[in-house]
Amino acid sequence: MIEINKVSKWYGDFQVLTDCSTSVAKGEVVVVCGPSGSGKSTLIKCVNGLEPFQSGSISVEGTSVGDAKTDLPKLRAKVGMVFQNFELFPHLSITENLCLAQEKVLGRSHAEAMEKGLKLLDRVGLKAQAAKFPGQLSGGQQQRVAIARALAMDPIAMLFDEPTSALDPEMVNEVLDVMVQLAKEGMTMMCVTHEMGFARKVANRVIFMDRGAIVEDAAKDDFFGQPRSERAQTFLSKILHH
Amino acid sequence: MNLHIDWGILWQESPTGDGPYWQLLLTGLQWTAATALSGWVIALIIGAVVGVVRTAPIRTLALLGDAYVEVFRNIPFLVQLFFWFFVLPEMLPKAAGDWMKQDMPRPEFITAAVGLGLFTAARVAEQVKSGILSLSRGQKNAGLALGLTLPQTYRHVLLPMAFRIVIPPLTSEFMNTFKNSAVALAIGLTELTFQMKQMVEYSNQVIITIFAVTVLYMVMALAVNRLMAWIERKARVPGMIAGGGK
Amino acid sequence: MSRFLGIDWQLIADNHEILLGGLQYSLTLTASSMAVGIVLGCLLALARLSSITPLRLFAAGYVNLFRSIPLVLVIFWFYFLLPFFGFKLGPDKSVFITFAIFEAAYYCEIIRAGIQSISKGQVGAAQALGLTYAQSMRYIILPQALRNMLPLLLTQTVVLFQDTSLVTIIGIKDFMGANVVVASNNGALKEMYTFAALAYFCVCFPLSMLLKKLHKRIAVIR
Repeated sequence: MIEINKVSKWYGDFQVLTDCSTSVAKGEVVVVCGPSGSGKSTLIKCVNGLEPFQSGSISVEGTSVGDAKTDLPKLRAKVGMVFQNFELFPHLSITENLCLAQEKVLGRSHAEAMEKGLKLLDRVGLKAQAAKFPGQLSGGQQQRVAIARALAMDPIAMLFDEPTSALDPEMVNEVLDVMVQLAKEGMTMMCVTHEMGFARKVANRVIFMDRGAIVEDAAKDDFFGQPRSERAQTFLSKILHH
Repeated sequence: MNLHIDWGILWQESPTGDGPYWQLLLTGLQWTAATALSGWVIALIIGAVVGVVRTAPIRTLALLGDAYVEVFRNIPFLVQLFFWFFVLPEMLPKAAGDWMKQDMPRPEFITAAVGLGLFTAARVAEQVKSGILSLSRGQKNAGLALGLTLPQTYRHVLLPMAFRIVIPPLTSEFMNTFKNSAVALAIGLTELTFQMKQMVEYSNQVIITIFAVTVLYMVMALAVNRLMAWIERKARVPGMIAGGGK
Repeated sequence: MSRFLGIDWQLIADNHEILLGGLQYSLTLTASSMAVGIVLGCLLALARLSSITPLRLFAAGYVNLFRSIPLVLVIFWFYFLLPFFGFKLGPDKSVFITFAIFEAAYYCEIIRAGIQSISKGQVGAAQALGLTYAQSMRYIILPQALRNMLPLLLTQTVVLFQDTSLVTIIGIKDFMGANVVVASNNGALKEMYTFAALAYFCVCFPLSMLLKKLHKRIAVIR
């Protein structure tokens, strides 16, 4: 469903992505990990065109992302994204956050959008907070709303950009639970995360990136069993034994 | 409608008796610069004092400082100028009032420069105050803990940093003195805009006159901007982001 | 009894019609310049932040021009130029154009700072949901920016109200202009100019205080 082919990206002279190629099949859950500054967030933002890239190609269900003729808003509406800092819209209430894009992008009626939004809010366990504003919720609650907001667009795939790294430790699990549930229902997911427990539980494949390149792209059991590259081994030992 | 652009008009004799029109504009430029610069010096001195006083722990003084700023910020500059020019001489003791009306040299200029200074001082004071308050409390305490007196702490610790922080906002206040000096045409100061009005009325060369005067104002704004940028560079503390994180 | 604070209140009462008329003119000029100025200012701010170079350069030029020349000069621009090009609007109407055009430059800079204070993540989130550039500006960025900047926009409006007194210079009977007329008709310069200063202060000071409170109360959204 998502095909990434030899993608390279530079900020001026500095190369942030080098010849990255991988793919995510329908229903697959792929976890992207690696040290900070390895380019994993940049790569996932290239998938829905939030970051431009200079060479290579990415296609989502056959639509080329880098193509100037591609209707990016339309493509983005099909791919849900969850951000590290939640990025709920602070001036809108929770239900308004859920309804805005449904109405403005998909053209749903307000009643339809409300119904969908409340259903999803219930699913992430936050129906009681519907009338509140983002600033009145905890970080974990905000991130669950953000997931519901993305799901309300009926996405064909979901991108997660470090969804738990801005959270206090006690809130990480409430977000991961929602993500595990989603994976089990067969959602196609690409997740940048350091939560190896999550990867073990639901990932099909794990991609390890370092210095802008994909160093390792392996089935979950192979990755955790015996990573081939030394860099992945060092990384794993650092984050697993502390 | 005279769309013909004839630069030769600048060398024609003006009927005001001030020589050719370019000289008319030059006189205006000089009065604008003189008013703005003397106003700015007055504003810096009074503004610094009022700004410091507003952060000082002496309550009556701080309140007086606040009152100064509020009075001068909440009355239009034009109205302030009219007040100084027409009302003040009437309110002073007769001898002083008569001197202002009859013997004070260049009354429009002195009124404009002082009035502009007092008006701008309120804005400078506001910037100086927020510059001092933006320094962490730790700086003041560190100064006091070393055994410096409060005035010494202001003199050696707080003010040197505060002045560097307020340079960028002061740049725009300095530019404002040039712009606001144009208001003084209302009390008869023959500054640049006043001369423009005269030249348009006598020569009927609307486009050239307006263009020339606009360019002169822009050149002055650019000069002030460059000068302040130069001062900012000179005053920069190594390792600190200049301008308080802009 | 009719004298208090050195002002002849009987004179004010006798001329209340012209003074109120002037005040009304000043307030109308302020309100219309604010409304048009903010709309124009929004467009200019968007142009200044646009990726289209000619648009960006135009907006930057516009703002820098009007911010480096005196308002009095701009008032004279239109005072002389409109009749010169054959528009017979009359000064009391043409200053409405002058003020809207001039103030837009100042509102633009406030709004631009407001837009830039919104984190880039908000733009990303709006785009990730499939909103177009125009939609994310309209529904996500501008509402937050205008709200963060509300106290500053209103403070600029108090400054604008004070600036409207400058139309007196081209003989318009705004509030200050009305005072000038009454002053010269009755030989009461001292009384009327003291009254004018006091009146402006009584309008602007409470507003300034109110805005200071508002500034503290409005939580800036980050």
